[in-house]
Amino acid sequence: MMRTLKAGLPVLTIVLALLATSGCSDIKPWVKPYERDKLADPVMSLSRHGNADAYMHHVYQSRESSRGSEGGSGGGCGCN
Amino acid sequence: MVPRVVPGVGVAVTEPHRFSFMGRWLVGLLWLMVSPWVAAATLPVDKVDMLYHRYEGGGMLIDGPSVLVRKSIGPQVSVSGQYYVDSVSAASVDVLATASEYKEERTELTAGVDYLYERSILSLGYTNSTENDYEANTVYFSVSQEFFGGMSTITLGYANGWDEVRQRGNDSFEEDADRRNYQLGLSQVITTNSLIGFDFEVVTDEGFLQNPYRQNRFVDPNDPTSFQYQPERYPETRTSYSLATRALYYLPYRASIRAEYRYFSDTWGIDSSTYELAYVHALSPRWTVEGKARYYDQDQADFYSDLYAFENSQTHLARDKEMSSFSGITLGGGLVYEWKQTSLPGISRLQASLLVDWLDFEYDNFRDVTAPGNFLPGEEPLYSFDAFVTRASLILEY
Repeated sequence: MMRTLKAGLPVLTIVLALLATSGCSDIKPWVKPYERDKLADPVMSLSRHGNADAYMHHVYQSRESSRGSEGGSGGGCGCN
Repeated sequence: MVPRVVPGVGVAVTEPHRFSFMGRWLVGLLWLMVSPWVAAATLPVDKVDMLYHRYEGGGMLIDGPSVLVRKSIGPQVSVSGQYYVDSVSAASVDVLATASEYKEERTELTAGVDYLYERSILSLGYTNSTENDYEANTVYFSVSQEFFGGMSTITLGYANGWDEVRQRGNDSFEEDADRRNYQLGLSQVITTNSLIGFDFEVVTDEGFLQNPYRQNRFVDPNDPTSFQYQPERYPETRTSYSLATRALYYLPYRASIRAEYRYFSDTWGIDSSTYELAYVHALSPRWTVEGKARYYDQDQADFYSDLYAFENSQTHLARDKEMSSFSGITLGGGLVYEWKQTSLPGISRLQASLLVDWLDFEYDNFRDVTAPGNFLPGEEPLYSFDAFVTRASLILEY
């Protein structure tokens, strides 16, 4: 499975690179800032509880061997 | 973690799997603290985030406060500081097997700064965690960039940790462990009511990665119990990969549903999957309830064994239950009160939450040597335990 992940890394990089350069393509942002009221609602936040969310990562990390990719970035509207 | 020397018995272990996870926790904390989790290209809002946390189960009671203060300095800079305490009273199966109950305290201090530059946020953080036999220092740096009309946000993070491991009752013992984390995150708006996120993280560890108090057992026909204990011996390097995807959807009424999946794999042979579903429902403009279910499943480390055939039977030896094959379920719920544009002086928004989670772990090949009754080695009942986690949180934005 480690091999699969290693093989997937270049693919992920390419996808991200395509996304990063998408400003040069014909694809335009299709969700306008004024259409993001629902996304900005606190019920759509991935980390609404701040430290209380971080604490749960702490609880799991000390009892499970897994680590990383817990999230905490993202969520919300991406509008400003 | 706090292992203790127990006269006549040897030493005890501490909070489960304490060593290698400490740095992970610090990095996770910094990741949350200094990264812009609502939106890139906007500085985090000024606030005081107060938390009382309590974990009780499996013979462990861990509780304490946490306070975070964040304040902006001008339009481009925000600074933050956090104080966190874990007060531990430990009588877990690991402790009772080879030692006796102990108490300890861990204190953690964090400082961070965020800098807004056009559509990017640069974040820098430092955390120090201190116990009587363990010290961890972590530095974290990340850059978060918003693009594609604000519909996409990429975050790159790097953390470096330096841990110092000591052993109570053995002043000459001092070991180091270094850790590096590489994080990549993408948050993508899909429609006016849905968004997805991807996270990829690589962690490398090097140094003393085991717990100096923990032991494993091997068969010894000449011993009255038919087995004996020996110190555990972990590899000195470890690299892990984790890949997570999560999706959030705003329902036709004011509520959201969230689904997450994470895959994990490391060079010790451990693979795991984590599944989570959550639902948030607005009862009124100010009150919301939420619930979640989580399932975790893990395969054992290659070198793990509940009972080795003889002493030093292989190069690496571990009987930590966190290295075994097991699964865990979490069911959680909470009530949240949110008051925007408060009439309280100086407070623009208030959020009070009470969250309770029930965790249940079932082990596939870790046996309970403390179970009452006469069992032959390797025939003891499999271990399991459950725990309650309570979080009471008050966030004041100003």
